[in-house]
Amino acid sequence: MNTLLELRNVRQAYGRQTVVNDLSLMLKRGDIGCLLGPSGCGKTTVLRCIAGFEPILAGEVLLKRVVVSSMRLSLPPEQRHIGMVFQDYALFPHLTVSANIGFGLHRLPKAEREARVAEMLQTVSLTDAARKYPHELSGGQQQRVALARALAPRPDLLLLDEPFSNLDVSLRERLSLEVREILKSQNATAILVTHDQDEAFAIADEIGVMHDGEIQQWDTAYNLYHRPANRFVANFIGQGVFLPGKMLDSHHVEIELGILTGTIPHECISGYCLLCSPGSLVDVLIRPDDIVHDDASPLRAAVLNKAFRGADILYTLRLPGGATALSLVPSHHNHAIGEKIGIKLEVDHVVAFGQSG
Amino acid sequence: MLKGPSSTANNTTHTGNSFFRLLRVERRSPLRWRLIPILAAAIVLIPVGTILSSFFAPASDVWQHLVDTTLPTLLSNTFWLALGVAWGVTVLGVSLAWVTAVCEFPGRKFFSWALLLPLAIPAYVTAFVAIGLFDYVGPVQTALRSWLGPELSWFPDVRSRGGVIIVMILAFYPYVYLLARNAFLTQGRRSLEAAQTLGLNRTQGFFKLALPMARPWIASGLMLALMETLADFGTVAVFNYDTFTTAIYKAWFAMFSLPAASQLASLLIVIVFALILIEQQLRSRTRYAELKQSARADRIPLTGSRAWLVAGFASGTLFFAFLLPVIQLSIWAANVFMRDFDERYLEFLWHSLLISGLAALLTCSVALLLVYATRRHPDTVTRTAVRISTIGYALPGAVLAVGIFIPLAWLDNWLGEMAMEWFHVETGLLIQGTLAAMLIAYMTRFLAVSHSPIDSAMQRITRHIDEAAMALGLSGWSILRRVHLPMLKGGLFTAATMVFVDVMKEMPITLMTRPFGWDTLAVRIFEMTSEGQWEQAALPAVTLILAGLFPILFFMQQTDK
Repeated sequence: MNTLLELRNVRQAYGRQTVVNDLSLMLKRGDIGCLLGPSGCGKTTVLRCIAGFEPILAGEVLLKRVVVSSMRLSLPPEQRHIGMVFQDYALFPHLTVSANIGFGLHRLPKAEREARVAEMLQTVSLTDAARKYPHELSGGQQQRVALARALAPRPDLLLLDEPFSNLDVSLRERLSLEVREILKSQNATAILVTHDQDEAFAIADEIGVMHDGEIQQWDTAYNLYHRPANRFVANFIGQGVFLPGKMLDSHHVEIELGILTGTIPHECISGYCLLCSPGSLVDVLIRPDDIVHDDASPLRAAVLNKAFRGADILYTLRLPGGATALSLVPSHHNHAIGEKIGIKLEVDHVVAFGQSG
Repeated sequence: MLKGPSSTANNTTHTGNSFFRLLRVERRSPLRWRLIPILAAAIVLIPVGTILSSFFAPASDVWQHLVDTTLPTLLSNTFWLALGVAWGVTVLGVSLAWVTAVCEFPGRKFFSWALLLPLAIPAYVTAFVAIGLFDYVGPVQTALRSWLGPELSWFPDVRSRGGVIIVMILAFYPYVYLLARNAFLTQGRRSLEAAQTLGLNRTQGFFKLALPMARPWIASGLMLALMETLADFGTVAVFNYDTFTTAIYKAWFAMFSLPAASQLASLLIVIVFALILIEQQLRSRTRYAELKQSARADRIPLTGSRAWLVAGFASGTLFFAFLLPVIQLSIWAANVFMRDFDERYLEFLWHSLLISGLAALLTCSVALLLVYATRRHPDTVTRTAVRISTIGYALPGAVLAVGIFIPLAWLDNWLGEMAMEWFHVETGLLIQGTLAAMLIAYMTRFLAVSHSPIDSAMQRITRHIDEAAMALGLSGWSILRRVHLPMLKGGLFTAATMVFVDVMKEMPITLMTRPFGWDTLAVRIFEMTSEGQWEQAALPAVTLILAGLFPILFFMQQTDK
């Protein structure tokens, strides 16, 4: 088994407020995981518990199959062989870039240390900046130094706490991909915490959407988007609207725009439950890519609003029945507000939740 | 609710007992860290408490005697002095701050930092130079008499209330100048522009907008100046102007009356506390009004006669507050150099350096411990204790000396009794009249001075930096050695320099607590000026000014805008 990190029913609270509630996850060696969620959902706390900066009230944290945190015990951070990249980088201002990167290598002989530092400088493309001080670097460069410093001692697990939140948006996209490349090239196992979906999608292999201290769904980006497990994930990930519908049977649901066919994922595993029964009312998730523009279609919707996004335009449409929906259309189809355009349903993944929830 | 993959498989390894011994729960930091600020606060509170006890339980006959004789004079003198200095430093400091922060005139860059130079000269040095220069027998009057004849009754008497006030204004205006200038630099030009868009001209803009916005900072500077005024001993002593500090000193030495000294000290403390309360109120307002660096507007260029008037004004201030004293002192020092630069002078110098060095070492160490304790336990108890510890700065030196002396005397007696009882040994005075007593008093007074720069330096060491070091495998001592100490170096150096210079210049505590015959440069100046021997006081004065220039240079780097 190559499970590197495991959390079992971890609980952490500040005073009376439970911040992490019965949380479990598993991460294999070489994988990049991500905890994604809005501010205050507890994701940073989970990270700090894994690092050992915070104790846990219940459950266990295991690194390489050994318990490092539990209710009674907590291995100090300096003994866990983890690396951490902080939101504010926390570079040592009194040391050069080389000295920062080599800081965790104090047990190695000088020659080996220098070799490793040179190797890391090359990996993050900062060889020219070796003798500079942190305050002389740009934000993106500082972040790369922080990454190199954390990776230099070859930690078992790398933790990243909102690593891109201090950078320009345009820089973030490029750096997200670069960071993923660097991590994969070092065969690093990492777990990242962020509130930004695009970052999560770009870097991580598996993402856990968190809310109120619990993981709502731990899955790949694709599955989170196309097969959300509950309303929260459906709302948090991507965009979309809920349209009311009626179950015809366990594989067919009728909405105003037509009948959708597919395996509908919801809480019932057995294949029979109140929600699957014919006639029960549900809310169906319709994403912008589920509604396509089709001039030939008899179904027409009025344009309420439009947002130009370069390659495509996100239209807000009023459906014939009165409900509002979003549609993503290639941007050379430029329609005015108020115009009626033809639309067609192209739903590959049917997602429905009970109307009460 | 879909959770992560279930983890019912129980195939982890709990190794044997030896491994459990390595693991430990992160315990709360040892209690001893909490004791340090409480101890420091207690040490500071002892003199305050001692003095206040005489306030609340006065010896009635002593009190009556004071009321009958000197108290009305003291109160009146202090009141007028405070009023005059307050008015003067505000007008002078604010006007100079405004023209150097917002306007452009010939020499502005030079004056921006040069106007801080008077901080290097102790007020009592400016005082005796002023008297030496403008006195009846001084060079100015003598020269005037040779030109205009012997009748010079119109020439103002320098040894007067006006004289003291002017000298103190020249010595303390930099406090208001520095703080007001900071406020005007960041807010001044912007607020003028805002005022102009609202239809006000520049003068109205200044009075209606810029000045009120800068009020909290001006008030802080004013409070600093006033506290220095109330605490001042050397200046008023030279002028023979009776205030609380000189009265305390006289009661101490001439009358040998500790109760009287204590009584007067208590009154002074009450006045100072009132000022502190006012300062706290004003300080809380500065917290809401942050000085943010906004985009800078252009300076207002002054032209023609106005420009030269302003330049002249700044030059005049600089001349009287700094250049003239320095020139006169240099002349006097040159006159007596051959005679005075002898072993005794070196002894004074050595004593000054020694006690200042020891005080800097002690005070900075205690301040460092306080800062660490706050970092470990950032709770209300610790923070309050640290605040109390730093309030010693507000206590006038004379008050501190009396307040420390009483409990130390008690301690000495107690130790002497114990020694007699247990060891049958006559100990005499163990603590009083030793360097230890002086050091305790200095530490109490100057803890605030050293705490502030060390605290600022510590703030830069964020929690994340500690955690980054931990994640890279370091613990405890190695973090201290490789991360904290290098990052604190600058703050420690600043703190040590400021305490060193402050103790070098210090007069009342030194005079009142030093071992018999153990003199410093400041003491020498006092003794010489008490006898009117200005020239002999010049050499030590020049030395003090040279020492005082160091922290000023540091300040000037900060104000380089």
